Amino acid sequence: MSARRPLPRWADIALLPAINLALAFLVSGLVVLLVGENPFHAIQVIIYGAFGYGDGLGYTLYYATNFIFTGLAVAVAAHAGLFNIGGDGQAYVAGLGAIVVALALDQTHWLIAMPLAMIAAGAMGGLWAFIPGWLQAKRGSHVVITTIMFNFIGAALMVFMVNRVLKPASTMAPESETIEMAGRVPQLRHFMSFFGYSPVNLSIVVAILALIGVYILIWHTKFGYAMRVLGANPTASRYAGISNSKMIMITMTISGALAGMVAINEVMGVQNRLVLDYVAGAGFVGIAVALMGRNHPVGILLAALLFGALYQGGQELQFVIPAITREMIVVIQALVILFTGAMEGLFRPALERAFMLGSPEQKAEAIAVSTAKTES
Amino acid sequence: MDFATILSILDATIRLSTPLLLACLAGMYSERAGIFDIGLEGKMLAAAFAAGAVAAVTGSAWMGLMAGMAVSLATTLLQGAAAITLKGNQLIAGVAINMLAAGMTTFLGQTWFRQGGRTPALGEGGRFEPIVLPFAGDLVNVPIIGPIYNELVSGHYILVYIAFIMVPVTAFVLYRTRFGLRLRAVGENPKAVDTAGISVVKQRYQAIIITGLLCGIAGAYFSIAQGSGFGNNMTAGKGYIALAALIFAKWKPVPAMFTCLLFGFLDALQIRLQSAEIFGIDIPVQAIQALPYVLTVVLLAGFIGKAVGPKAGGVPYTKER
Repeated sequence: MSARRPLPRWADIALLPAINLALAFLVSGLVVLLVGENPFHAIQVIIYGAFGYGDGLGYTLYYATNFIFTGLAVAVAAHAGLFNIGGDGQAYVAGLGAIVVALALDQTHWLIAMPLAMIAAGAMGGLWAFIPGWLQAKRGSHVVITTIMFNFIGAALMVFMVNRVLKPASTMAPESETIEMAGRVPQLRHFMSFFGYSPVNLSIVVAILALIGVYILIWHTKFGYAMRVLGANPTASRYAGISNSKMIMITMTISGALAGMVAINEVMGVQNRLVLDYVAGAGFVGIAVALMGRNHPVGILLAALLFGALYQGGQELQFVIPAITREMIVVIQALVILFTGAMEGLFRPALERAFMLGSPEQKAEAIAVSTAKTES
Repeated sequence: MDFATILSILDATIRLSTPLLLACLAGMYSERAGIFDIGLEGKMLAAAFAAGAVAAVTGSAWMGLMAGMAVSLATTLLQGAAAITLKGNQLIAGVAINMLAAGMTTFLGQTWFRQGGRTPALGEGGRFEPIVLPFAGDLVNVPIIGPIYNELVSGHYILVYIAFIMVPVTAFVLYRTRFGLRLRAVGENPKAVDTAGISVVKQRYQAIIITGLLCGIAGAYFSIAQGSGFGNNMTAGKGYIALAALIFAKWKPVPAMFTCLLFGFLDALQIRLQSAEIFGIDIPVQAIQALPYVLTVVLLAGFIGKAVGPKAGGVPYTKER
């Protein structure tokens, strides 16, 4: 195999994902064609539905809030070389923490309830990720398998909690008691009527703070450095005196706590009660978001907005073109994961070759290498 | 609980463990060859849909089965292209396959049949009929053995028998053939296999082709044997249970059968417990539902023996660097 030349940074973090994304959209377009609809019309509907008016934009931002949290959760773990596939379960179980605090502090003020609920939700989500982290660190169980299992255990736990513990005697539906006004996180439309009736709420501010926080954590702290060393080379990190097992456990806990913030957006911001399955696969979208965003907060922000727009636009799509259902969005999501994650190697060699021909330094270096080979 | 109740629970156990067993054996071929496969769920789902759709259109269960196997195989090859040829992350490839199947089946189901993602209900010939083994009717009155033969052994779909026959077949293939030896070697030490002049890539593709075909049968079982038509998200996490069973069985065929029977039994018990309280203690149904997953975690943690998978699992093979 010829020596691999790394791509220029911008090509690696922007061009390659863009190509892969374009490919995912192209294939999605073909699927739309397959059912006899016009893909360009579909794109128009999606864009208008997601950004064209206040309500639509509000919904886009509301979905994006969830995806920022789950995307960050996957990214933080990824920097330490861990693949957290359990964001869904962590976000779900975190709802327990959120609802208990929100109901308890119902009569106070959201300025008190929200931070405390965030701590509780983060603790629950963190715990749900800490256990797989601990199992990986201390017992060598593969974190991917254990987090998958914890998704299912979490789902069973929540069905039990909602049906048997949290459900008030007065209701038949599987849901907890409703949070009164004081315990809810204010929605942005109370300040900006522009957003119409959309559910985007103050959680989005938390999401943006989380993006900044993660950026600082990963690139500007000692801990973040240790995390990246562990991710790049566990052996080197051990020799550098970093406790790998401690790092794995802390990283997973942070990752789970970030996923847990979805509960604040959903339980306290929108649903105002704990319902079944409110996470609705956001944890898995997080994988796509993190892959596309190259595990960088800026990338994650953009990818989360994209997926938020797809979700909201997809909602609109099924009204305008009934032949295209919401599941089309899941298909697009899967294709994004496939092309930007698993099939990343598809265009990389071609791109590397293209860049090798392009840049004079690399050309010179290539010639130097080949002459060195012939001389030896 | 009387004898008849126990028999009917055990009968349900066999029916419920069949798709688990097929998927678990499917995963065994793949993982023994060094390809982690968390895409079992997606492949089964895709196959279930294809089988249901084709059986509905053609009215033939066998055509449905063929379609299910073909679609599962195509899905597997896509996953294989990502994980083997392009050396992508096997886990991410599996996640993508699962999501792709979940989205596509509902989407196509709705667009083609317009019944909320379901395929039309299958009539006579569209689904497999139970096979009554010889003398099953005559022996019913023989105490103990009669009902066991009649209820448990006889009267299952052909796919059930295929699933259980696949256990010794898999054991034979893995441990007694040259193909099996190479397959296991590719999962343990691909470098050595490569050095011996055998193509790692080819060997891995051969392994996942079997995985695809078996997943196809497992998926078809859901829609054209157990059920009559495809329903939204029909496999409902069974692919992950099969994965759990594979780990629990430590990647071995015969233990895989017993694990799948155990998980099938838990499932049967859980269905029965929906309406009844047993032993006077109120066991939450959810606890039983979660048990396979909990057991797997406990096993993975090494508390009841250590589960060590094939050494080269999860790592794409690169000839030289």
